[in-house]
Amino acid sequence: MTPELRALYQEVIIDHGRHPRCFGPMSDATHVLEGYNPLCGDQLKLFLKINHQVIEKAMFEGSGCAISMASASLMAQYLQNQSLDDARKCFKYFHAMVVDKSEPHEKLGKLNILQGVKEYPARVKCATLAWHTLLNALDGKHDIAKTE
Amino acid sequence: MTLTAQDMTEIRRDFPILQTTVRGKPLVYFDNAATTQKPRACIDAIKKYYEHENANVHRGVHYLSEIATQHYEDARQLLARFIHAPSPNNIVFTRGTTEAINLIAHGFAEAILQPEDEIIISAMEHHANIIPWQIACQKTGAKLRIVDLHDDTSLNIGHLTSLLSDKTKLIALCYISNTLGNINPIKSVIDLAHIRAIPVLVDAAQSVGHIPTDVQQLDCDFFVFSAHKMYGPTGVGALYATSHWLNKLPPYQGGGDMILRVTFDSATYQQPPHKFEAGTPPIAEVIAWAASIQYLQQLGIEKIQAYEQSLSDELHHQLKLLTFIQLIGTTPTKTSIVSFTHKTAHPHDMATILDDHGIAIRAGHHCTMPLMNYLHVNATARASLCFYNTVEEIETLVRALKMIEALFS
Ligand SMILES: Cc1ncc(COP(=O)(O)O)c(C=O)c1O
Repeated sequence: MTPELRALYQEVIIDHGRHPRCFGPMSDATHVLEGYNPLCGDQLKLFLKINHQVIEKAMFEGSGCAISMASASLMAQYLQNQSLDDARKCFKYFHAMVVDKSEPHEKLGKLNILQGVKEYPARVKCATLAWHTLLNALDGKHDIAKTE
Repeated sequence: MTLTAQDMTEIRRDFPILQTTVRGKPLVYFDNAATTQKPRACIDAIKKYYEHENANVHRGVHYLSEIATQHYEDARQLLARFIHAPSPNNIVFTRGTTEAINLIAHGFAEAILQPEDEIIISAMEHHANIIPWQIACQKTGAKLRIVDLHDDTSLNIGHLTSLLSDKTKLIALCYISNTLGNINPIKSVIDLAHIRAIPVLVDAAQSVGHIPTDVQQLDCDFFVFSAHKMYGPTGVGALYATSHWLNKLPPYQGGGDMILRVTFDSATYQQPPHKFEAGTPPIAEVIAWAASIQYLQQLGIEKIQAYEQSLSDELHHQLKLLTFIQLIGTTPTKTSIVSFTHKTAHPHDMATILDDHGIAIRAGHHCTMPLMNYLHVNATARASLCFYNTVEEIETLVRALKMIEALFS
């Protein structure tokens, strides 16, 4: 295995991929949005309960590759009790890390585990699917979020 | 008769890209259903054309134009003989399979289809053999009918027969499925259809170059394929059609080369095939495609077929031994294309990890989304082998799959 591949498929990622956290439907969601990656067929549905500009709860459902599932799982964990402002900032930091290959911002915390994906341009879309879905939800969009 | 070990050594030298290393490992190219690699003969032909023969075709009286035109038309003749077409005039050059199908669908929408008419395709078609028919149906009010598959994914001929009626205007079917590798009983379908005088279009993108082709023996009405999937360049393909249909269908695009006489009010068109070839064609690509076909002829398409069949048997055998791998589609008549899934690892994770071993496969829906829905899978991993692949490469794949199993279980 090359070091790049080892960095991509760390145990934490495989674990979150196989046993995603915050997984399941949510009955009291204020925002529900679907995301779809036509290239891979990854699909997810993001549920948010937003109250006074704070995400009180985030959950998701869906199926896809280990990278997309782990990214959604780690994102949902991260979002609990985050302000909308912070959530938007985090999208920017995450995007900068995997797309622009910049050093992970310290605010990303353990989300930096996904930085290995930057070496795999074809897989970046898997890692950002959940985040694009989040952004669309916050922007009040109702169409399915796409990574294309 | 099959390819010998000696043949294999030479063949692998004939394809320069096979010497490539990927992440320090020898390239194992198992994505031949997406596009095949090119022999040196093809690459050299492109270089030779641009260095010594480049000119437009059918347009000049000068020396170079005559040479280019000659080689372009020679290629048409060679291609006609390769698929046993009655005449080069039955061969229309297109940009590929996709454009060829669009050309026919456009012609059918313009000249044939009426509201409530029906076009029959199967559940295993490539998007290229679905969308043009959806568009033709939207334009005309005709309807698309889909032939079911049996549990082993083979074509349900009983269902196909039950769909045939006076409303059926065309059956469009793949010879070999790009996702499943199934070889469809295309001759039986054509015979069935012709009893009712229904024309048949064969999407042969995955068959030409792998199994011998005789369009007259098949008795098909349309036969379409792409150069790049049979060791030729990208950007070119062909439509074979009977003279009856080539005369009947209207032109697809208007422009230079396809006309005899033009005024500002109207134009008279050339005879087929030129009626369907508007504008400057991909000349270098057509000529280089001919070089690839000659290369295949020298090896012998029957030998290629026999060798690929033995590779396919070995591939299926090896994969069946892996309990964590599930094969998608278990019909016995198959080529060396196989789709599979892993019990936990997603096809895209498999593809990334296999790439780390230098192995190129495809993961996803393979431009057959309706088939994926039909089979209730989101995506599959697909290995597609051809005559320059080896049993050793299959062993490399198996070793890498075992590593994936270790990582994901
Ligand atoms: C069965 C089948 N039909 C049609 C096509 C479309 O071919 P092209 O993209 O060369 O036009 C393909 C290629 O992917 C194919 O495998």
